[in-house]
Amino acid sequence: MEASRLNNPIKVHELMVQARTLEERQIRMFKANEGYFWIGGPGEEAFQIPLGLQIHKGEGRDFDFLHLHYRSAGIILAMGAAQPIDFIRQMKNTASDPFSGGRNFGNHASVRKFNIVPITSTIETQFLTAIGGGIAHRRQGGKGITITTSGEAGTAEGDFASALVWSSRPKAELPMLMIVTNNGWGISTDASTQHGEKRVADRATAFGIRNRTINGLDVDESFSAISEAMAYVRTERKPFLLEVMVSRMYGHSSASGGNLAVDEADPLAIYEKKLETQGVMTRKAMDEVRERSTQEMLEIWKKVRQEPLPDPSTIYDNIFYGEKGRSW
Amino acid sequence: MATMAQAIRMALHYGEENLGVTDIFGEDVGPPLGGVFTVTQGLKNAWNSPLDERGIIGAAIGLAFSGDRCVAEIQFADYIYNTIDMLKLAGNQCWASNGQWNLPMTVMTPVGSGIRGAIYHSHSFDSMMTHIPGWKIVMPSNALDAYGLMIACLKDPNPTMFLKPKALLRVKGKQQIPGEPELTREGEKALKEMIDAPLGDRTKWKPKWPAGLTDYTVPLGLARTVCEGTDLTVVSYGRTLPLCEEAANQLREQNEISAEVIDLRSLWPYDWKTLAASIRKTGRVLFVNEDTEVTNFGEHLLRRTVEDLFYELHARPRLLAGTATPGVGLADPLEAACVPQLDTILKAIREVASEQS
Ligand SMILES: Cc1ncc(C[n+]2csc(CCOP(=O)(O)OP(=O)(O)O)c2C)c(N)n1
Repeated sequence: MEASRLNNPIKVHELMVQARTLEERQIRMFKANEGYFWIGGPGEEAFQIPLGLQIHKGEGRDFDFLHLHYRSAGIILAMGAAQPIDFIRQMKNTASDPFSGGRNFGNHASVRKFNIVPITSTIETQFLTAIGGGIAHRRQGGKGITITTSGEAGTAEGDFASALVWSSRPKAELPMLMIVTNNGWGISTDASTQHGEKRVADRATAFGIRNRTINGLDVDESFSAISEAMAYVRTERKPFLLEVMVSRMYGHSSASGGNLAVDEADPLAIYEKKLETQGVMTRKAMDEVRERSTQEMLEIWKKVRQEPLPDPSTIYDNIFYGEKGRSW
Repeated sequence: MATMAQAIRMALHYGEENLGVTDIFGEDVGPPLGGVFTVTQGLKNAWNSPLDERGIIGAAIGLAFSGDRCVAEIQFADYIYNTIDMLKLAGNQCWASNGQWNLPMTVMTPVGSGIRGAIYHSHSFDSMMTHIPGWKIVMPSNALDAYGLMIACLKDPNPTMFLKPKALLRVKGKQQIPGEPELTREGEKALKEMIDAPLGDRTKWKPKWPAGLTDYTVPLGLARTVCEGTDLTVVSYGRTLPLCEEAANQLREQNEISAEVIDLRSLWPYDWKTLAASIRKTGRVLFVNEDTEVTNFGEHLLRRTVEDLFYELHARPRLLAGTATPGVGLADPLEAACVPQLDTILKAIREVASEQS
């Protein structure tokens, strides 16, 4: 099975640590006034790395398209679609930021070479744009599918229902893997006060869409669930809704302080305990990985701090494709 | 003698065959209806979407990301309002990614008054739309331009918004679209038989497209001087353009006023060069459109006129637009009072032309 080949614990651990230390560095940048708004994915690594490793990656319709939520750095790192320095540059909004040239918030990646469409702050609109990806993939056939992710609070938007409706039209089903990362919160609002449905995934049932809710704090459960869901979407060319229970370790964003929430589960700690118990890695080896990665992020930051901010004269560039300057 | 609806349909057909248009979709766009204004009848890639405007724009964006070229329709501009943030999203993807991504997609929607459409079938959208950077926006006033502007939209790598003035969709063109049958009664009848779906059962019907259609293009950003004049410049587009032309003709025939009428055609980018040259020549300008008058696109053109040409003006530049009311009223006198008509245009032209500073 491909999933078991990709699920290399040492590699997965390394990527989880990389994703975590990248977020920690960005939070420190915010706190040191070296970056503005921070929002990201600590607490989702046990799901994000297994997803990123299983993407059929490349450019164009033969490969997966990703319409992602703003907590997705781990997915992108695991794909190898971008490096930590790319994220640090966007957080510092330098001219060298490859995602947006200093125009957008941190973790709002965009990588055309890997079919990662620009991540936007607008909640749930990615479930709408993913519909078009699904239509293109349906026509294309082959292996490529459209993947979209969002939080659970955002599923209250009509856009979520739109994706269910459009992806399940009779004789026009779309190869879409729709993923809801359920961290139990929408900023300050407890999910249990806003959702009458038992599980978000249940909403797919009415449309005949296969669905499942999984523990996204567990690497191996995530790996196999994603693998199964993907295999179904890739071969049946039909939609799947996967609800992934995750945690939100540093609160919603920098707007709520960006502080460690002690009552939230830590999937990295859970995984490390498992690796240690199974004798896959020693505590010492894991600590070394963490220290090395933390140091690496620090070095990246030191480098990026020196880089220039965008030139204000470029503000009119790229309003239209390939066009520079103010045209009117 | 194609109507504007037939002209757009032929351009879309040309686009399917030659410009890589993969999808033409929206509410009732596919068979059997082919659009509430028949604009998409008989097109091989036209299909019906769910009744979901946000989904329609989202699907268009996603198709464009995937490298497909689509035309999405919002059935009436009155129902495009719940997609505004999707339009904004489409308009900012190239800029937000600093030039990585482009969205080759066209959205078309019928706009404006003139069919007794009451509060929810009469809205204009030009002012709202020109508030959303990253789109190229057009609005034709005749069949030939409708064809050429649609072709230009289908060739552009950016999001394009094609506003269809619904009062003009059934108006026959006076200039021949390259490839359409002769502009005679027989030619008109022949075209109808070729590309208009029959009433009743259409399941076996297939259109016969005129063989010689071309990629006749009206470049985006190019205005058209409809008639030359010396006393004042009148700038309009869409439904009010033919009214301005008629007013100018009347006043010229009566030897009263010589008005230069310009059809803007592209709202963004717009042809300031042509406008400025004409306003410099006449020293007087009237902008006419039917969107509500407050924060109207014509107000931007007024600002530009004042900032760039103030000392060359012989009279206050003026805007004649729709009333700032929550809707267009249904009863004849109400609709007429809400949006510019021939008589109000004549009056405004006379005022601007006769003002002494
Ligand atoms: C359309 C829209 N409405 C409101 C907001 C403000 N906002 C940002 S994040 C957020 C909560 C999202 O919660 P959820 O969907 O559960 O995702 P999470 O942040 O928990 O991952 C809100 C209301 C927004 N960005 N977009």
